[in-house]
Amino acid sequence: MSDDGYVAAAYLVLLALVLVYVAIMAVKLARVSRQVDELSRLLDDRDALEAEPVVTRGEEVPR
Amino acid sequence: MFGRGLKIFSLLSAVLVTGAFALAFFYAPEDADQGLRQKIFYVHVPLGIVTLAGFVAGGIYAVRFLRSGDRAHDLRSYVAIHMSLIFGVGALLTGSLWAKAAWGSWWVWNEPTLVSFLIVFLLYACYQPLRFSIEDPGRQARYAAVFACVGGAFVPLNFMAVRLAQPLIHPRTLSSTANLPGSVSFTFLVALVAMAVLFTTLCKYELASKTAAMQLRSIRRRLSGEDISPLADPSRRSAAPQRL
Repeated sequence: MSDDGYVAAAYLVLLALVLVYVAIMAVKLARVSRQVDELSRLLDDRDALEAEPVVTRGEEVPR
Repeated sequence: MFGRGLKIFSLLSAVLVTGAFALAFFYAPEDADQGLRQKIFYVHVPLGIVTLAGFVAGGIYAVRFLRSGDRAHDLRSYVAIHMSLIFGVGALLTGSLWAKAAWGSWWVWNEPTLVSFLIVFLLYACYQPLRFSIEDPGRQARYAAVFACVGGAFVPLNFMAVRLAQPLIHPRTLSSTANLPGSVSFTFLVALVAMAVLFTTLCKYELASKTAAMQLRSIRRRLSGEDISPLADPSRRSAAPQRL
């Protein structure tokens, strides 16, 4: 390989490192995004449970 | 908490790295002795210097953690060392490419600069397995901080020892800058600053990402009542700090 090839390879190493890092960050971001969705669902479920009227025996449900 | 200034740092990194590469190829003259392969110098040397500085920074944050007990410093120390290892891989690969072009060999075992860098790199390669091997988060942070302090002190000592050693064939970069033409010194300085800013930016990304993941875990724990700590579930064990 000529000097040009080694120089190009050295600069490509840096580029590759940064790109691999960006790819890893993208995977992590996707994971965080999934967790946020899960938390939103958990919150929705909790809100739905709190909105349901509590019916105890002998009591009439107000209309 | 750690996400502040990310936009500015990202833009600055892009501008500086692009500027440094442009200066290296269009402004700095071609070396009369080495020719085009000397251009590797503008990426390899800054990578090496930033890697060693990152290990020292990891040691300084570790000292701060041991003094204050603040887990944020443990996280900073972990991220600085983690990122330095990645930059270290870059320094080793670009160095090998230069060695092959200049010396005709990928590696020279009797050159103190190369071997000492490899020793430091391999020493820090043990940092992550050390953290992973300890279950209790408190002990993990303390033991890792002691390791980072000792390693951080070893790096400058090692650097000085190599400088004092009889140089064989590896060029001494920072001790011979007086003979460099102004354009080469300027390009090298810009490349060094660019690499330092890139390192800081990536560290900030990592810190912001890890903090966001920690906060999400904490909110999930509070909402679901589920204990997802590494002590409760060993499959969730990680080398990275799990709580601030």
